Amino acid sequence: MKYQPVIGLEVHVQLLTDTKIFCGCSTTFGSEPNSQTCPVCLGLPGALPVLNGTVVEYAIKAGLSTNCTITPRSIFARKNYFYPDLPKGYQISQFEDPICQNGWLDITLAGQEPKRIGITRIHMEEDAGKLVHGDSGMGDGSGVDLNRACTPLLEVVSEPDLRSSDEAVAYLKQLHQIVTWLGICDGNMEEGSFRCDANVSVMPVGSKTLGTRAEIKNVNSFKFVKQAIEYEILRQIDLIEDGGTVVQETRLFDPNSGKTRSMRSKEEAHDYRYFPDPDLVPLVISDQWVERSRSELPELPGQRQQRFMTDLGLLPYDAEVLTASRALSDYFEAGVAAHDNAKAVANWVMGEITRALNDSGTSIDACPVPPERLAELLKLIDNGTISGKIAKTVFDEMWKSGKAPLTIVEEQGLVQVSDSGAIEGIIDEILAANAGQVEEYRSGKEKVFGFFVGQVMKASKGKANPALVNELLVSRLKG
Amino acid sequence: MNIFDMTIHELHGALKGKQLSSLEATTALLKRIESVEPQIGSFITVTAEQALAAARSADQRIARGEGTTLTGIPLALKDIFLTEGVRTTCGSRILSNFIPPYSAASWEKLRDQGAVLLGKLNQDEFAMGSSNESSAYGITRNPWDTSRIPGGSSGGSAAAVAAGQAIATLGTDTGGSIRQPASHCGCVGLKPTYGRVSRYGVIAYASSLDQVGPLTRDVADCALMLEAVAGYDPKDSTSVDTPVPDYSAALAGGVKGLRIGLPKEYFIDGLDPDVQKAMTAAIDTFRRLGAEFVDISLPHTDYAVATYYLIATAEASSNLARYDGVRFGHRAQADNLLDMYTKSRSEGFGTEVKRRIMLGTYALSSGYYDAYYVKAQKVRTLIMNDFISAFTGVDVMLTPVAPTPAFKIGEKINDPLQMYLSDIFTIPVNLAGTCAMSLPAGFSAEGLPIGLQLIGKPFGEETILRAGYAFEQATEWHTRKATL
Amino acid sequence: MKMTIADVEQVARLARLELTAEDKELFAGQMDAILGYVEKLKELNTDGIVPTSHAVPMENAFRADVVRPSIGLEKALANAPEKTGTFFVVPKVIE
Repeated sequence: MKYQPVIGLEVHVQLLTDTKIFCGCSTTFGSEPNSQTCPVCLGLPGALPVLNGTVVEYAIKAGLSTNCTITPRSIFARKNYFYPDLPKGYQISQFEDPICQNGWLDITLAGQEPKRIGITRIHMEEDAGKLVHGDSGMGDGSGVDLNRACTPLLEVVSEPDLRSSDEAVAYLKQLHQIVTWLGICDGNMEEGSFRCDANVSVMPVGSKTLGTRAEIKNVNSFKFVKQAIEYEILRQIDLIEDGGTVVQETRLFDPNSGKTRSMRSKEEAHDYRYFPDPDLVPLVISDQWVERSRSELPELPGQRQQRFMTDLGLLPYDAEVLTASRALSDYFEAGVAAHDNAKAVANWVMGEITRALNDSGTSIDACPVPPERLAELLKLIDNGTISGKIAKTVFDEMWKSGKAPLTIVEEQGLVQVSDSGAIEGIIDEILAANAGQVEEYRSGKEKVFGFFVGQVMKASKGKANPALVNELLVSRLKG
Repeated sequence: MNIFDMTIHELHGALKGKQLSSLEATTALLKRIESVEPQIGSFITVTAEQALAAARSADQRIARGEGTTLTGIPLALKDIFLTEGVRTTCGSRILSNFIPPYSAASWEKLRDQGAVLLGKLNQDEFAMGSSNESSAYGITRNPWDTSRIPGGSSGGSAAAVAAGQAIATLGTDTGGSIRQPASHCGCVGLKPTYGRVSRYGVIAYASSLDQVGPLTRDVADCALMLEAVAGYDPKDSTSVDTPVPDYSAALAGGVKGLRIGLPKEYFIDGLDPDVQKAMTAAIDTFRRLGAEFVDISLPHTDYAVATYYLIATAEASSNLARYDGVRFGHRAQADNLLDMYTKSRSEGFGTEVKRRIMLGTYALSSGYYDAYYVKAQKVRTLIMNDFISAFTGVDVMLTPVAPTPAFKIGEKINDPLQMYLSDIFTIPVNLAGTCAMSLPAGFSAEGLPIGLQLIGKPFGEETILRAGYAFEQATEWHTRKATL
Repeated sequence: MKMTIADVEQVARLARLELTAEDKELFAGQMDAILGYVEKLKELNTDGIVPTSHAVPMENAFRADVVRPSIGLEKALANAPEKTGTFFVVPKVIE
């Protein structure tokens, strides 16, 4: 019996607003517990929520970037349940009328056709606080920190259109790219800015009835999502083939064991008793508002990738790498604007720049070599002032000192020697000093050529124009 | 005249004219409170020290010529208003030790003018009740007959005004909780249009129905208090951004040509004969003053109580979920989380509160939500439409406030449904979201106050104040005082 | 439809209330009466009627994304029944 996995994903995107969704407390990460709170997010008696307008803007942008329709009149609802990290005893969320509906993303796995994954809805909600367990000083208890309570979240719910862990990861990566690209989320999965819940079920191939699904909660890396889904698929298949039935339950993924386990809870299935929150008024979004938001959208990663290929002639792989983040692609574009050789800029950004950033743990935003400087360096190569090899040395110095490439070239006397006469002179000296190798070359040992090139470069302190060296050596050796 | 019997405008005149100081007035009120509290029980907390300090401050302000109408006036607040640094219990054990770290917006407005806080007033627990018999801090007695209830849930607010224990008070009204006790205690009580006064810092019972309003000795005071607390508050999303009129200036217009509607569903057979008499006399008075009466119908009146008890309890069940012993309030001894929740809540909440939480939870629960909660909200629309329709042909409506004068303590407490049904005349106004005022309109044969209700259009407080003022000035009901 | 003790217990569980056996009986009867009373709403045809969630027609109440001062640790924790450092402490939560 062959089984078909069916996967749906719910992603909680923590928004990058300065303040919480329903109060003016700061959303900065890492402050002393409970220091960023007020009566509203503490859930004190008499406190009332007031909606942060920027959250609505971000939600609309997320919806438009994922092809959703924006709901003209959307409502906040209370999701009622008791938990210590939920100060009001209910979470303000959206239920029947979420702000965005019926969107989609197209994913393309290697060597396959694009596949459309539906997005059922996107809604706004507040985050809960944090619980701390087993901390010294708390004895047998757990600690509640409400700094995170009321942080704005977007919940993005996909249709159960995914059929493999690879598809799931592709979808997540694209969604991650979009929200970070828009600047509405910092995408830091370890810190919980982008949390994935996976609903996994299996059904016999060809069947039309979906199997019972299990929900794997709060997986915080793409790698773990892949592992968790794969484990869960196998677990369910094994269970069914052994004659068991899959239980609808919540499970947690344990990265150490690579397995999912049931969240054994004494409590029964929740009855959330959703109803419209009477403390908040309906959100009415006009067509004009939607169009204004649409006009303010930046060029999205998919569009930019396409443009890099069509207009700048980049290869698909290069276009993809260079649109990994908005900052990186902005950097690349600025480089091209300053020096119209897209291929060269691309190679250097993907090569030296990326290497240097990784080695020093720097982000592209903090790159010590601005794109205009890189462009200057590339101009020096393209106009023959320095060789590509020397350019790498110059680059290292630019990174360290922040000096302009031309300054470094002049200070260190690195100008490429392209004077044929000078090079010929050096070549003559080398050949004269290495008569034996000349013999070997002339008698057919072609590998010796490399030795001569090396010697000439060494004698010229690397400054000889390599192409010219080759050309002149060949002609001299022909003799 | 006793200082404690003065109105705001009378006391303001005396303060301004330097015949009295706020310190003297406050001292007199504090003495009065002490003297009659054993009989009445209006207060949960008396803030004597703070009151005297505030009075001294107010006197300095007045001396500098910087006082306003409310500067130095000794007031008291229902214990549902958060007062920073002053214990706020909402009539419940679950908040017996709660000291709020912030104040209600409406209180801040009064305090900023230099009003003096005498203390926090008794109420039905979490504003759930019509008799002030469900407070964890004892009952409050009607100053006109201490064997009877003062009404509820703002029982303490009404009794304090009637007993001379505060010049004026603030209460809240969700299904009649200002108007009904005002009627039973012979004072003026006004429920503003929903959204007129900020709910920020007012402990929530039913969010779509709760409103803050004044209880005062006369209509002029009511206008003054309303002016002071009304207005847009960005901290309350349901607060309406519309200018606050000069309510005091609107009082003297008279009622010539005013079209007053008499909804037939409120003048039923079986209305208490004394209430009927008072209504008939009131109608006569208004006619003499030049008003015209129109018979109208609010056809869905009969469904209002059922609608209310589904919507209010549902919202309340959710609003009261935050009382869980985690961050404030009563926490029971327990070694596991579930027990901590259930014991804290069960020990902290009284029976009526538990009953309403149960009803509300049920009305929202899976399988019942559509049949109960959504259905009630649809009927609410019908009730609102009744009012919208009727108001196309009239300016205000006149009705009784309560089917009977104040009943005896203990008479209805064991029959919750009977208790709920006595709110029949006040509840529809909350469902419709519009404004209404109760003012003294007579006395029963046993000397118990009977109020009449004037219902206005949304944001039509000026009209009901004007009508009420005309009636009041043409009668003497408001001058009678309870003897204690 | 009569409210059974089991119904009462289920609702109490959802509401985190612990009722004595007496209270359960009392509530079962009272809730029955009250729910019986509210059944009268069924007499009304409400097809096509939009439910009212808000008494006054308001929409779009926003605030700007500007930081406002927090209440401060002292006030935030002032009423805490139990605390350690700056955490509220509750009996251990098992996930």
